Amino acid sequence: MANNSIEGGQAIIRCLENEGVEYIFGYSGGSVIPIFDALVTTETKIKFVLVRHEQGATHMADGYARATGKPAVVLITSGPGATNTLTGIMTAHIDSVPMIVLSGQSVSWMLGKDAFQEADIFGITMPVVKHSYLLKDSNEIPRVMREAFHIATTGRPGPVLIDIPKDVSAGVCTVDLHAEMDLPGYKINSEVDNDTVLEIAEALAKSKRPLILAGHGAMISGADESLKALAEKAQIPVVNTLLGKGVFPETHPLSLGMLGMHGTAYANKAICECDLLLNIGSRFDDRILGKPELFCKDATIIHIDIDDAEIGKMIQPQITCVADAKAALDELIPHVPVLETAAWRKHLDSYKTKYPLKFKRQGSLKMQHIIDEFYKLSEGKACVATDVGQHQMWAAQFYRCDSRHNWLSSGGAGTMGFGLPACIGAAFGRPDDLHVCFVGDGGFQMTFFELATAALHKLPIKIVVLNNHYLGMVRQWQELFYEDRTSGVDLEGNPDFVKLAESFGIKGFNLRRPGDVKRVLQNALDYNEGPCLVNCEVEKTDNVFPMIPAGAAIEDMLVEPPKRKLEKPTGST
Amino acid sequence: MPNSDKPMHTLSVYVSNKPGALARIAQVFARRGFNIESLVVSPAVDGHFSRMTITCSGDPEGLDQIIKQMMKLVDVLHCIDHTFDKSVMKEMGLIKITVDAGSRSEALQIAEHFGCKTVDLTPGSMILQVVGDPAKINALEEMIQKFKIVELVRTGKVVMSRGQDIT
Repeated sequence: MANNSIEGGQAIIRCLENEGVEYIFGYSGGSVIPIFDALVTTETKIKFVLVRHEQGATHMADGYARATGKPAVVLITSGPGATNTLTGIMTAHIDSVPMIVLSGQSVSWMLGKDAFQEADIFGITMPVVKHSYLLKDSNEIPRVMREAFHIATTGRPGPVLIDIPKDVSAGVCTVDLHAEMDLPGYKINSEVDNDTVLEIAEALAKSKRPLILAGHGAMISGADESLKALAEKAQIPVVNTLLGKGVFPETHPLSLGMLGMHGTAYANKAICECDLLLNIGSRFDDRILGKPELFCKDATIIHIDIDDAEIGKMIQPQITCVADAKAALDELIPHVPVLETAAWRKHLDSYKTKYPLKFKRQGSLKMQHIIDEFYKLSEGKACVATDVGQHQMWAAQFYRCDSRHNWLSSGGAGTMGFGLPACIGAAFGRPDDLHVCFVGDGGFQMTFFELATAALHKLPIKIVVLNNHYLGMVRQWQELFYEDRTSGVDLEGNPDFVKLAESFGIKGFNLRRPGDVKRVLQNALDYNEGPCLVNCEVEKTDNVFPMIPAGAAIEDMLVEPPKRKLEKPTGST
Repeated sequence: MPNSDKPMHTLSVYVSNKPGALARIAQVFARRGFNIESLVVSPAVDGHFSRMTITCSGDPEGLDQIIKQMMKLVDVLHCIDHTFDKSVMKEMGLIKITVDAGSRSEALQIAEHFGCKTVDLTPGSMILQVVGDPAKINALEEMIQKFKIVELVRTGKVVMSRGQDIT
């Protein structure tokens, strides 16, 4: 090896150090051995977390990134190792999570020749990455690593995959590790147009019933303080999306909580009645629109988004601002007058009184009861990871978030199996905070093998399995729209989750009666020798309300269980 | 020939000359249900970049999204819709027809009218080379139908903006 030259794998580790990486989540394999070797030979301080399945690594990285706001790194091998990351990459992509996936690859002269464990992961992942690379030369490493982090973390963030043939990671890298980027086509729309800002301020000044819709974009841009300043100065009520939970305090008097399919009745009613909607960083997801052509049809719609491709994709706004949310709000605040919204707010508050979120604490054990009690016992301060389904919606309703980075949930992808590994990743990133994972019995069984990772690292996470022995959300749809013809949703054969946890050396609790909720959850919270699991045997056939059937207008929201037979929904999910 | 009844659009794309760039662009069209009718890629003056001319069919409302989605790609520097501007649009076609001594002179007469070159001539066939706007090639194709067209190859449209405008 020549002077000033190191192995490709070592160059990769040095570049990760330069980017401030603390953890790598991954799984070893033949084609990636040179990089694993470099973890040893470089004596790096970066800590490697060996997961149990590559999907787990991606969700851990995702949870780490959402909980810390920092990009996360995944390191896996070629072929099946790489394809196992697909769901996690897709999940991160649709929710704009910064992630770097380093995949090993067969030696470059065997590419396309069906070598052992060769898969065209560069091609396979193309639709679900922000960008990707297939390295051909060890000297490309420093530039590509720098570009990858820049692309993953700026503008609208997202996952970047780097496919690294074994001869590249084992080859010699002779160039400066602080390489220049070469991205002539990469555009970030961060500039705020002053005329647009004045136009927005003018529209707000004319509005009698303004409403702010706060989305994940506002969260990512760190606009929480600016958003609060705007809402408080102009006295505008705020609704948030599922992924916008925490960007505006949900306990704030101006907050109406989450809107959408299972949002609060008052948030959805506000959407129906506002005369101006200021969307800050939400992509108008189909689960908040209902019927797009009827959504806010009489209101002035203003859309602030850093991604120009989101403007007009679902809803055509009257005023468009393609910019970073925080930058736009900071420009806007000085121009916005105090609005006369007292009557409007009073009207919305009456909806809060009339249609509160509610459940029965007596009778069978309810998921809502458990989540609500956990919220109280943890004083709303936990970093909450959820899986996907009924429990996710109830967690969104009853675990109110007051600060950003405390809500980790697969929104766009709806990836079952996300919750536990995401919670683990978050706990690595923020070891001193309280972490809870609300997970259904279905999703838990998709990635429960990561209990081993949690146990090994003694992570202080509380795993609350909301076990109704059903794939509850689909069962709910079948009950409501398919004349209760349940099909493919009965999870008979579930293991004993407490025994399962104990087999990993994890403390387990059972919770069966409403009267025990507080005591058992307190025991779980008091347990501080690593992870613990609470298996909650809940009501099997409870349904989530409010509900807007997919594709129906928001006005057709069901606040309570319907008495009439419902048509099959026209929307997809 | 277009195989769709949806309107046709002509786009130019200026893109980094990197592996995968074409695949990423093609995916944007496929995902939004647009059919690419023709595609021409060639190196730009600066060899680090490529020029693409894409002719596609699909809903005009979806086109704006396609352009924005393409602009989002890291490898794409810009994308311009030339459908309704006065850019120069040219295409080349090669048409191989069956002719014998009796029909050859009529074929050559038609070819001459369209400014074609005869680039191959055998006792039983000839290949005509035609250059022009796509409508001209369509017209030639129609006129030459009376001879047996053995093969037809078209390059697809290339476009360049006039004067100081950027392609």
